Amino acid sequence: MAKFKNHILVCAGTGCRASQSELIVENLNRAIEDNNLGDEVQVVRTGCFGFCEKGPVVKMMPDNTFYVQVTPADASELVTEHIVKGRKVNRLLYVDPDSHKVISDSKEMGFYKKQIRIALRNCGFINPENVDEYIARDGYAALGKALTEMTPEQVIKEIIDSGLRGRGGGGFPTGLKWDITRKVKADQKYVVCNADEGDPGAFMDRSILEGDPHSVIEAMAINGYCTGASKGLVYIRAEYPLAIERLKIAIKQAREYGLLGENIFGSDFCFDIELRYGAGAFVCGEETSLIHSMEGLRGEPNVKPPFPSESGYKGKPTNVNNVETYANIPVILLNGSKWFSAIGTEKSKGTKVFALAGKVNNVGLIEVPMGTTLREVIFDIGGGIKDGKKFKAVQTGGPSGGCLTEKHLDIPIDYDSLLACGSMMGSGGMIVMDEDDCMVAMAKFYLEFTVEESCGKCTPCRIGNKRLHEILEKITQGKGTKEDLTLLRNLSYVIKDTSLCGLGQTSPNPVLSTMENFADEYEAHVVDGKCPAGQCKALMQYVIDPEACVGCTLCSRVCPVDAISGEKKMAHIINPAICIKCGACMEKCKFNAISIQ
Amino acid sequence: MEVVKLTIDNKPVVVNKGTTLLDAAKSIGVNIPSLCYMKLEDTNFENKPGGCRVCVVEVEGRRNLAPACKTECSEGMVVNTHTMRVINARRTVMELILSDHPFDCLICAKSGNCELQSLAQKLGIREIPYKGEQSHYKGDESPAIIRDMDKCIMCRRCETACNEVQTVGVLSAINRGFNSVVATAFEMDLDHSSCTFCGQCVAVCPTGALTERDHTWKVVDAIVDPKKTVVVQTAPAVRAALGEEFGMEPGTLVTGKMAAALRKLGFDFVFDTDFAADLTIMEEGTELLDRLNKYLSGDKSVKLPILTSCCPAWVNFFEHQFPEMKEIPSSAKSPQQMFGAIAKSFFADKLNIKREDMVVVSVMPCLAKKFESTRPEFSVNGDPDVNYSISTRELAAMIRNANIDFASLPDEDFDQPLGESTGAGVIFGATGGVIEAAVRTAYEIQTKKPLPKLDFTELRGMEGIRSATIDFDGLPINIGIAHGLGNARKLLEDVKSGKSNFHAIEIMACPGGCIGGGGQPYHHGNMDILKKRAAAIYREDAEKPIRKSHENPYIVKLYEEFLGKPCGHLSHELLHTHYFDKQKKIEI
Repeated sequence: MAKFKNHILVCAGTGCRASQSELIVENLNRAIEDNNLGDEVQVVRTGCFGFCEKGPVVKMMPDNTFYVQVTPADASELVTEHIVKGRKVNRLLYVDPDSHKVISDSKEMGFYKKQIRIALRNCGFINPENVDEYIARDGYAALGKALTEMTPEQVIKEIIDSGLRGRGGGGFPTGLKWDITRKVKADQKYVVCNADEGDPGAFMDRSILEGDPHSVIEAMAINGYCTGASKGLVYIRAEYPLAIERLKIAIKQAREYGLLGENIFGSDFCFDIELRYGAGAFVCGEETSLIHSMEGLRGEPNVKPPFPSESGYKGKPTNVNNVETYANIPVILLNGSKWFSAIGTEKSKGTKVFALAGKVNNVGLIEVPMGTTLREVIFDIGGGIKDGKKFKAVQTGGPSGGCLTEKHLDIPIDYDSLLACGSMMGSGGMIVMDEDDCMVAMAKFYLEFTVEESCGKCTPCRIGNKRLHEILEKITQGKGTKEDLTLLRNLSYVIKDTSLCGLGQTSPNPVLSTMENFADEYEAHVVDGKCPAGQCKALMQYVIDPEACVGCTLCSRVCPVDAISGEKKMAHIINPAICIKCGACMEKCKFNAISIQ
Repeated sequence: MEVVKLTIDNKPVVVNKGTTLLDAAKSIGVNIPSLCYMKLEDTNFENKPGGCRVCVVEVEGRRNLAPACKTECSEGMVVNTHTMRVINARRTVMELILSDHPFDCLICAKSGNCELQSLAQKLGIREIPYKGEQSHYKGDESPAIIRDMDKCIMCRRCETACNEVQTVGVLSAINRGFNSVVATAFEMDLDHSSCTFCGQCVAVCPTGALTERDHTWKVVDAIVDPKKTVVVQTAPAVRAALGEEFGMEPGTLVTGKMAAALRKLGFDFVFDTDFAADLTIMEEGTELLDRLNKYLSGDKSVKLPILTSCCPAWVNFFEHQFPEMKEIPSSAKSPQQMFGAIAKSFFADKLNIKREDMVVVSVMPCLAKKFESTRPEFSVNGDPDVNYSISTRELAAMIRNANIDFASLPDEDFDQPLGESTGAGVIFGATGGVIEAAVRTAYEIQTKKPLPKLDFTELRGMEGIRSATIDFDGLPINIGIAHGLGNARKLLEDVKSGKSNFHAIEIMACPGGCIGGGGQPYHHGNMDILKKRAAAIYREDAEKPIRKSHENPYIVKLYEEFLGKPCGHLSHELLHTHYFDKQKKIEI
């Protein structure tokens, strides 16, 4: 194997690829060739670094220099300056927004300082398409250890002791789930990886599969060994072509190395994995729907029990775990349950990956120990709110979760604390909102998603969510009444109480939590006919202050619907009947004469 | 059997392990309201998707409400079926369903028979606070079944009936969320699908989403047209169920009242399909013996077993699903079509009228008969042998419309010559009846001896698949019987793989046979009603002076005067048919 002096790691996750990281790789390779460094420098396509806000990311090894927002045009300079001349390219280094200092080592950045990367340990580090790189990072050592030194019971005990809970949203103890499946007697069992990540804005699972597919394959094999399954299935949404591609490569390589297939590590254990593609239905993240979909049936949930661990895929015992859950398994076996359970809080162990999005400065993928506060995540890691605006709320748990506010900022993030304050961990979506976001509109946005994604099997979810959305629409249109608020609340409780699966049982959470935390905002909409955040167009009115208006006519000229009239050098007037509230006039006015009321 | 103890509404209950809360509550007299749930005893129909959420109850210690139809009792469970939380949830769920349902109860075909309507009444829903968009779907008007999916409440019973009981598989939920609805593939009309028109989906639909195509006003128009001679025939199963529509006990025989009512409605001739059933036995029985004797004399090219062909949904089923076996069923037309063919030839000649001036109406327990009557091979120069086929329910509606006090009608007889029938013709209405009728005739023709007994109880019953061996004076004849198309499929697979050694098989598409047909008064899940109808059919048979088809004097006369001999030249022209390969092929 060639030994290189320098490695240039280029993020080849979906986000950075969309910003031409493939072209960066190409240009880097050309520059290396031009400088005759082919034997000394290697360019490595890695998985996601997480700091998507600053992508495309290029990292120089061994000195850990972290270049941000690199363009293909920067490639040759990076080679000639950084590699050849040993000088850092300052203009591509990260500048701390508070101290304005240049930081070249990612470990020193606010974004990374408080993170502990366990599930993401190899993302942004190894080439996911090269099994040797995974093995060099102790890959498949856990599988080897399990198969050659441990009984399935011992492995399960280790997982139970670690305190690992399902990362897909449910939070069920993983080891216990394995144990239940193990104890069911059957001629055939299945282990399934749930890669049907469906929360809007969430990309934890995709990034793991793109950046470290072998960790999931290894964990599934360990799961198969423990539960007595010889077949593994990855249910992955077809919208994840890159993750699918890398999984396929990884499965092929694992088979070639004998890490999948017959008599793995010389043991009696045989295991192989196949892929099943989902068409992108949110409800198929629910395990019984997922199983139906894999069977070629309509993606609809079943009433549980029976649980999949008793009767799942093709009626056989089936253990379903989420991608992130699997990614934790090999490290737990190698480092031991004690190591893992030392991280986190009393009932939530280890770390959690979040997709941090919304009005926060550092949008990206982060992994923090359980118990980290929302404040640390949003302000220290996330770098605070964009454009210096005021923090208003954060939605955790995606459309199933709730909206948390200023008063919740210091609660530790774990399964139970989030539930206690009306939200949930979910799969790890975290969307930050600022003062310009209307909470009624936010609830409506999530309901729109649930209405779209409901499978239609049970009444409360099929019709109830539709009606919730309609009431919210009415309120944001300024046509809501106080009675609507009563209906909204009752309907939300009934939908939670009567829906068949987790989708409907949680879909009213955004409504209930915003009604709870922002009651005055709902009142303002229905009683005063105002949207305090100024987001609900129907409740806004653009007006021109006749004192401030100088009659420059600029506003009337930009108005696309001719709603503004007035003589030159005279105060202008907006006709609210015609105005479409596009805001063009306010943007153009040089005298701050136009405001929203 | 392991038992569990629990408490429901403060009452202790002991039930077998595996019992649902719904059944456990029922055992102590608590009827938890339900909507989508339906179980038909004696068939494999059980619909419990747990989707409507009307039957939710409170289980102590459980976070959310539990669907009683899907939740199994467990030891020590404390269940409350009627707390404020439950009542509010149940009402809200009903209000939601109603908020997406057309408010045309007054003119809905299902009004008075609608489970949604009665539940709304039971729960005392007087307003619907949740207002919003209502679903609209493409209508589907096949010759037999009308689908108005705006009224679908997604109970999925039709899917269960079509896919699991009948294994026809043309219905499935499509779309997502608020737009989800039960439909055919690509939302094609039913008559472009493999639908058999058995009507079992209609029989279980709780609302007006699935109904029959209504021909009643076309029939009225024909009756009042002075140029038309209107002849009506009534199928065996109708007389055993029609009374239910007028509040009579299930199993009440109303043959005489029905004849009287038909006459009052203005039909020119009131005849009986049972007559044609006797005729069917002559043709089918002869065909059976012909094939059997050829086979016994060493001709192995003969197709055995012979399959009955009087059920039109069954005919549709094998044309679509087993076209490679289309040579096996008897070529005899169904009694409805035999009747039409004879009426428009023999009887029209007798009246000295043109066949176009005669209108043949059939009253059937069946919706597939509506489709059958439109088959092009059953018409002459565009004039169908049977002009209109109406269901038992449609006849009841006509009687009500005409302001006839059905219950107080005196019994009347059918007209002659096409109104005379035997007990063998009557039992066509129940599963096993056709083959029993055939045996009664075939035995005597084959053995040339009188039957020692007429009641073949071994051929009767509600078991889905039955078999019996009948001793034809030393020759054992193996009989198979299936009712419900799912059972038919199983039997057919066995025939196909050569596993079975039947000489003759009777198949009826509907569970219970014609008495459980898609056009019968709604049973609302009560299978006792079907058993009572069957009992009535056999009672009528027992009371008939003549119980063997070949002894029907008018049948004997028909052959003497007109047809010649069974399976003869004219019979083949008028009373036999052929089948088509209708399998849907996917071209890629």
